[in-house]
Amino acid sequence: MDMNERGRIKLIITRFLAYFFVIFTCLLCVLFFAILLINATKTNFQLQNKFSIIPGTNFLVNLKNAWLDASIDIPRGMLNSLIVALTSSLLTTYFSALTAYGIFAYDFKGKKLIFTFILGIMMIPTQVNAVGFIQLAYKYNLTNKLLMLIIPSIAAPAVFFYMIQYLQATLPMELVEAARIDGSGEFKTFNQIVLPIMKPAVAVQLIFAFVESWNNYFMPSLLLTDSTKKTVPIMMFQLRSADYSKFDLGKMYMFILLAVLPVIVVYLIVSKSIIKGVTSGSVKG
Amino acid sequence: MKNKKSVSYSKWGYIFIIPFFVVYIIFNLYPQILTVYNSFFENYRQGLTQVGPNFVGFSNYVALLTPSSEGTIDILRYLGNTMIMWVMGAVPQFLIALILALIFTSSRLNIKGQGVYKSIIYMPNMIMAAAFSMLFFTMFSTVGPVNQVLESMGILDKPIDFISFTLPARSLVAFMNFLMWFGNTTIMLVAGIQGIDESLFEAAKIDGANSWNVFSRITLPLLRPILVYVAITSLIGGLRMFDVPQVLSKGVGMPDRTTFTVVMLLNNYLGTSKNYGMAGAVSVLLFIVTAILSTFVFKFINKKEEK
Repeated sequence: MDMNERGRIKLIITRFLAYFFVIFTCLLCVLFFAILLINATKTNFQLQNKFSIIPGTNFLVNLKNAWLDASIDIPRGMLNSLIVALTSSLLTTYFSALTAYGIFAYDFKGKKLIFTFILGIMMIPTQVNAVGFIQLAYKYNLTNKLLMLIIPSIAAPAVFFYMIQYLQATLPMELVEAARIDGSGEFKTFNQIVLPIMKPAVAVQLIFAFVESWNNYFMPSLLLTDSTKKTVPIMMFQLRSADYSKFDLGKMYMFILLAVLPVIVVYLIVSKSIIKGVTSGSVKG
Repeated sequence: MKNKKSVSYSKWGYIFIIPFFVVYIIFNLYPQILTVYNSFFENYRQGLTQVGPNFVGFSNYVALLTPSSEGTIDILRYLGNTMIMWVMGAVPQFLIALILALIFTSSRLNIKGQGVYKSIIYMPNMIMAAAFSMLFFTMFSTVGPVNQVLESMGILDKPIDFISFTLPARSLVAFMNFLMWFGNTTIMLVAGIQGIDESLFEAAKIDGANSWNVFSRITLPLLRPILVYVAITSLIGGLRMFDVPQVLSKGVGMPDRTTFTVVMLLNNYLGTSKNYGMAGAVSVLLFIVTAILSTFVFKFINKKEEK
């Protein structure tokens, strides 16, 4: 066996091992979701006894039971979550783009300082101001108001950072100047010329913001105590607190499926642009 | 930001950033200041009576850092729990992400279908942590599929309540964190490796360097800044660990508060006991630790910006 032949066999083996490793990690990620899907199709009796990968026929019954459950109002929760996630993701992306454009396109006093300031507050988690936030909410009678979860999303330093990086890479100032010569006002220029150019960045951030809001648990759980105002993550904790031994397991899996399904469906459609968006926001290679 | 612009437009810069700052000041900065302010007051509810607010100086901090009757300082214990679970998840997360990133970027291996693989390994990051934790609770419960499979294979005679033991409970939290984040880390590291100057690899090849030498002398040292960045952001995220252990342990950090985290303590002070004073002190400590760690990230980003 000559050197060349040995090298080729070695490469084939390494390649096989590499594929094996990659596929194994992928299966690990899919496995839990597959079990969730399968178990959501079974009856409580089937689930109490033995695990099998063959799907059952109880999907619609479980769906009905979960949907009409008296203590956990999942349709209401999904509606609340949807309202908050849609509006806050729209506000986050629009105002982050606007703020980024304001700093990118204009020269003004203190601009550098403001930019550095926003970068500085980027890593501070919302948890550390929760005390003041909740106290203010109680003081001004704003608990159980979904608006308290929506309005704050206007100030999103991380999304701002993503947007300004995108502007630096894509927006030629000549375009803005040409618009000015044509008599376009500054606000109109942003909405009709700059925003369309930023469409790819806006789309990615819309999805990220939507998912983040849909999954958000800490602040909503402190703010929303009224059962008609609760969002889905809060209901997951309610599910955990319920008496497990008396619970219909089929319904339980269905609740979890309903909580994660909207995001997974969106993700499957747009995963490609999301993967691209993961890196460009934080580190430019 | 180097473009030349006429001065007369500068007011628009201010106008466009006003909404951001108004909202930031009302919903972030002011609550932040209030939080610090609260940490110096005694202010809690005991049954139906409201105690305080009375100014108590640093008493809340002293109380937080004073050993309990059992001789442990609770906040340090919870910080320890948080860090143990973070490390248990982060070590495999970085190891597997690094291997995957090397596989994906290897021109010799030339792996096909990378887009699909990346989409799949990133998926757990999109899933609601609270729901993911609930799913794991159900799967690892005494009537869950994991026990059923182990029983049918004859490994167990009767079901084990996994989350009633410290190591399995912590491992489950760590495993979920690992699953949610290794895809993200992989994608970051792939971008990092792709950012390395191609000619360095070619030069090494011409010099006859083997794969290990290329990895240890070129890839790893040049990847270090990004590794540090990802590690510190992961650590900051780890400090905030809440959703997963909160749902898995029904908010009590079972068994015996060994999965109880710092933010779960904050949540308890805020939610159940309405103890704004102690909650404020916990927040300030969390803020200080995060701020110190953030300066590293800040330096990294700023350097990138100036480049």
